[in-house]
Amino acid sequence: MSQHTLSVIVEDKPGVLARVSAMFSNRGFNIHSLAVGPTHVPGRSHITLVVDAPALEQLKKQLHKLVNVIKVQELQPVETLESEVMITRVSCEPQNRGQVTDTAALFGARMIDLSPISMTFEIAGTPKQLASFVEHMKPYGIMDLVKSGRVAMKRLSDIEPAVVGASARDRT
Amino acid sequence: MTQKPFTGSNSLLRSLEHEGVETMFGVPGGAILPAYDPLLDSPIRHVLARHEQGAGHMAEGFAMATGRVGVVMATSGPGATNLITPLQNAKMDSTPLVAITGQVGTTAIGSDAFQEAYTTGLAMHCTKHSYLVTDADDIPNVIHEAFHLAATGRPGPVLVDLPKDVLNTPTSWSEPTLAGLPGYKPTAQGHPKQIKAAIDLIEAAERPVLYVGGGVINAGGSAELLEFAEAVNAPVVTTLMARGAFPDDHRLALGMPGMHGTYTATTAIQQSDVLICLGARFDDRVTGKVSDFAPQAKVIHVDVDPAEIGKVRNADVPIVGDAKKVLRSLVDRLLTKRDAADAPWRKDWFETLDMWQETKPLSYVQEPDGPIKTQYFIERLQKVAGDDVVIAAGVGQHQMWASQFWSFSQPNSWVNSGGLGTMGFAIPAAIGAKAARPDDTVFALDGDGCFQMTFQELITATTENIPVKVVVFNNGGYGMVKQWQNLFYDGRISASHLPPDVPDYPKLAESMGCVGLRATHPDEVDVVIDKALAIEDQAVVVEVVTDADEMCFPMVPAGGSNDDIVMSRDDL
Repeated sequence: MSQHTLSVIVEDKPGVLARVSAMFSNRGFNIHSLAVGPTHVPGRSHITLVVDAPALEQLKKQLHKLVNVIKVQELQPVETLESEVMITRVSCEPQNRGQVTDTAALFGARMIDLSPISMTFEIAGTPKQLASFVEHMKPYGIMDLVKSGRVAMKRLSDIEPAVVGASARDRT
Repeated sequence: MTQKPFTGSNSLLRSLEHEGVETMFGVPGGAILPAYDPLLDSPIRHVLARHEQGAGHMAEGFAMATGRVGVVMATSGPGATNLITPLQNAKMDSTPLVAITGQVGTTAIGSDAFQEAYTTGLAMHCTKHSYLVTDADDIPNVIHEAFHLAATGRPGPVLVDLPKDVLNTPTSWSEPTLAGLPGYKPTAQGHPKQIKAAIDLIEAAERPVLYVGGGVINAGGSAELLEFAEAVNAPVVTTLMARGAFPDDHRLALGMPGMHGTYTATTAIQQSDVLICLGARFDDRVTGKVSDFAPQAKVIHVDVDPAEIGKVRNADVPIVGDAKKVLRSLVDRLLTKRDAADAPWRKDWFETLDMWQETKPLSYVQEPDGPIKTQYFIERLQKVAGDDVVIAAGVGQHQMWASQFWSFSQPNSWVNSGGLGTMGFAIPAAIGAKAARPDDTVFALDGDGCFQMTFQELITATTENIPVKVVVFNNGGYGMVKQWQNLFYDGRISASHLPPDVPDYPKLAESMGCVGLRATHPDEVDVVIDKALAIEDQAVVVEVVTDADEMCFPMVPAGGSNDDIVMSRDDL
C-alpha cells in the first residue's frame, strides 16, 4: 500500500478532527501521520494527513462528504513542501559532548536541554533529513524521540531544496 | 404574573415551525423537558411514541411517504441511544431526517451525569452531520442548516443535540441563513460533456438496461424517468429502494433485480451492454459477486453523491448530479426520440426479455386447502385494496415477497428498510406514513418476528388515532433465517423458531385498542381483507397463519454470481 499526503482545509469547529479520524477508521483507512493547526484565515484549520490507502479517490470523496471539510488536495511528492519537527534525547556523557554537538550542527539541530547524561535536540526538516539525523545519533544512544507529524503545502516554484545538511528553517 | 422570557426552547419550536414542520414524533424525558413545554402552544402535532426507536422509524415512514423531512425528538442518554437504529437506517436509505435530542447541561457534559451519553460522538457514524449547540443564539441557524443538510444533495439524517441549559437560556429569534456551511455545495446539474457521452453510449447500445435506485424517488424524478425510458426504449429494473419509481405494469418494467429479484431483471443486467445506473449504489444485494456482475456492460453512473461513483464498480461515464435534473438534461439532449411505435429498435433484446419473462416468471403454488402462502395473500390484497395504498414492510421473506408481488404504480408508496435491514420497521414506519397521509390507506406487511420487535407502537396508533392496518404473516419463526439454515446449514434450525400460538395476535391487538382478525385457510383471505378495509377509524391487526416451510425464490446465494440464480427448491 502506498503513502499519500493530503492537505485538507476544514472549518475550525469542535469535533472536526474527530470526524476526520472517525471517517478513516469507519472506512478502513489507516492514518500514518496527522498534524493539525489554525491557518492565517480565522475560522479555518489545516490538516496534513499522511495515509496508507490503496484507493485515494474514494478517500478524498469521503473526506469531501464531511460537511466541515472545505477543500481536499492531494500533494504529489515532487510538488510538496513538507516539514516535521522532532525532539530527540541523545545519551551523552560530558566527554562525548564535542562529537555529538558537531553532528547536530551538521544537521542544523538546536540543543534545547542538557543533563549530565544526555543532550536534547530540536530539529525541523523533511522526513528524509530527520531519518538521517536519527541514523547519525544512533551510535550514541537515542533515549527518547517525538515527532510533530508532517505538515505540508504545495510548492509553487521549481527550486529544489538541499537534501542534506539544511533544516527547513535554514532554507527560508 | 410576569411574562415568561423567550428561551432556547421557544427558539427551537419557532425554528421548526419556520421549516414548515407540521408533525413530529417523539418521547419526552428529563433533558428535553424544556422543549416539551412550548410544544403545548405550538401548532405542530407531536405524536407520542412508546419507544424512541419507534418514534425514529415513524419519522422515516413520514419522510418516505412524502419526500419531506421527518422530525423526531428524544431526551438525552437512553433516549438518544434508542435513536441510533433509526439514524443508521435513515443513513443507509438516504432518508431525510432531523433528530432533536436533549443533552445534560453544558457544565455537566463529560461528568458522567445522569442520563448522559456522548450523543454527537455516537451519531458521528450514523448521521450525515450532527450539531452540539452550546449557545442558544445559534439555534435558528443550526436548525435551518440541519433541515437544509437533511433534504439536499444526498438526503440523510442530521442530529441536533441541545443541552438543557441552552434550552432554558433567554435568547431571541432571527431569520436564519446558511452562511455557516462554507464546505457544503452539492452538485445538482450533470456535466454537459458527460451528458453527451452518456447519450452517445445509450443510442448505440444494443442491450441497454436502466438500473434505477432510490435516488430517483428522493429526487422526485419518476415523471422524467418514464419520459426518458420511453424515449430511449430501454427496459427498467427498480431496486428494493426504487419500487414505485417506475410503474410495474409498464411494458418496459422488469421488476426488482438482485438476490431475490426477478430472473429477467437480474439476468437483463448480467447480459446488458450498457448499464445506466440512476441513483443506485451497486449494493451487494444487487450485484452478487462484483467481479461477475454485468461483465460486458459499459456503465453510466448518475448519482448526487460523488463518493458512490466508482466505489464498487468503475463508471465509464460518471455523472454527478440530481437524478431528476440529469434525466431532464438527458431527455432534452436526446437526438433521436423514439416511442413505442418504433418497436423494431432493439427488437432482439426485447424478444429475449419477453422470452425470459414467459419462461422464468415469479411463481408459487397455493393449494386450495392451505396453508396460506404469503405471496397469495399479497396478490389478493392488491386485487381488493387497489393501487392507491401505501405499503410498509418489515425485513425478511415477507418483505421480499411484498416487493416481488405488489405491482407498484407510484413513488413514495413503498416504505421499507433496505440498506440496514431493520426488523420491526414496518409498524412504526406505517404509523408515520399514515400520520403524513391520513386520507390514504396504509398497510404494514409484517412478519411474526418483526411484529414482536415493535408492536407496542400499535398503542401509539390507537391513542393518537392513526388507523393503520397491520398484516402479520405468522410462519412461526424468523423465516429468512430459517431459509438460510435450511439451505446453508444442513437444515439445522437454530434459534429461528417462534411458537406460532404465542402471543395470540388478535387478542394482543385487541388489548391495544385495535381490531384483531385471523385467517388460517385460503378461503378466509378475501374475507379478512374486506373486513380490514371496512374499518376506517381503528387500527387493525390481521394475523395470517402462513406456510412455515415456504422459501423465498428466486435466490442468488450470498457472494455468488448473478448468473447462478436458483429459481426454486427443485433447482437445489
